[in-house]
Amino acid sequence: MLKGIAILLVFQSTGEVVAHFTQGVVPGPVLGMVLLLIFLVVRKNIEPAIAQAADSLLANLSVFFIPAAVGVMLYASSLQQSVLAWTLAIILSTIAAITTTALCLRWLLSRTQKSASKIP
Amino acid sequence: MKATPNISQGLPSLADIWVYLSATPLFGLTLTLVSYLIAESIYQRSNKHPLANPVLIAICAIIAVLTMTKTDYQTYFQGAQFVHFLLGTATVALAIPLARLWKELAAQALPLMIAMLMGGAVSVLVAISVARLFDAPPAMVASLLPKSVTAPIAMAISQQAGGSATLTAIFTVSTGIIGALVATPLLNLLGIKDWAVRGFAVGVAAHGIGTARAYSVDARAGAYASLGMGLHAIFGAILLPLVARWVL
Repeated sequence: MLKGIAILLVFQSTGEVVAHFTQGVVPGPVLGMVLLLIFLVVRKNIEPAIAQAADSLLANLSVFFIPAAVGVMLYASSLQQSVLAWTLAIILSTIAAITTTALCLRWLLSRTQKSASKIP
Repeated sequence: MKATPNISQGLPSLADIWVYLSATPLFGLTLTLVSYLIAESIYQRSNKHPLANPVLIAICAIIAVLTMTKTDYQTYFQGAQFVHFLLGTATVALAIPLARLWKELAAQALPLMIAMLMGGAVSVLVAISVARLFDAPPAMVASLLPKSVTAPIAMAISQQAGGSATLTAIFTVSTGIIGALVATPLLNLLGIKDWAVRGFAVGVAAHGIGTARAYSVDARAGAYASLGMGLHAIFGAILLPLVARWVL
């Protein structure tokens, strides 16, 4: 467990260093994720220690969002002023995004499966 | 030497204990974890009903406690920052479900990429048009732009584009909660049965909170959700700063 967390932190730190020298175009944790993914795919083997640490973090992914979101209390008044604008923006865009992604992917996958089944 | 406390003063009052506890980071950290665990058990007991979203319940509970005890956000965050810090580490950990699915992913790379880009583009365009239609201030529009991407990335993009990181954190979490709420009925309505497609769409539209919801419903949906969220994170981080320059 500790070894797995240490490995994750090493990749996170490497990501932060790369982000610093590329002036933060892509945030550090994302670069860390990409680097770790490349490392795992090249090695063709996921070490149990990393898998265990990652799975326990991801099983409780929601908890890590809470501290930032509680900051809603600082912005209560400005959020109230344009409450309709941001709530509708979020609700409608989320519905639109789920619908577009799901329909697009289903259509594209059914096309590739059909063309694949035609080959033999 | 008078080492023993003055007995006439009696035991420290509850208020004294409170003053001591609330000044240490322990308070914010304990409050965050305990609220989350209670919220999570409510979610499990409700048979994972989307309305009993654990993040939503935990946030409401924490704000209620902070308001009742007149604790300000800065004091709370002193303790909660330890949890907040792990958001970055959890983002790195997303590489593991992606690596497990690598072969499947590589075989479907093009359809997944196209679907993700379409979903991401629609999300940004609808969010910005609706916000402008209702006269949202420019800083709020900029903070809404990256809200479908996972929080640490969204916050960084928002700051670059002239938004507020905290507002974006709020919008990002709201998006995740809305996504987790609407996903099941919406996807049923659309007649989508494939767990891979269902999970992927929720991951693209509603990042980590949507992914957490997908994991709690089906493992394959969860893996595809983290894939959708990961792809959106990588390409959002690269493309959204350019989109911001163009639309804002």
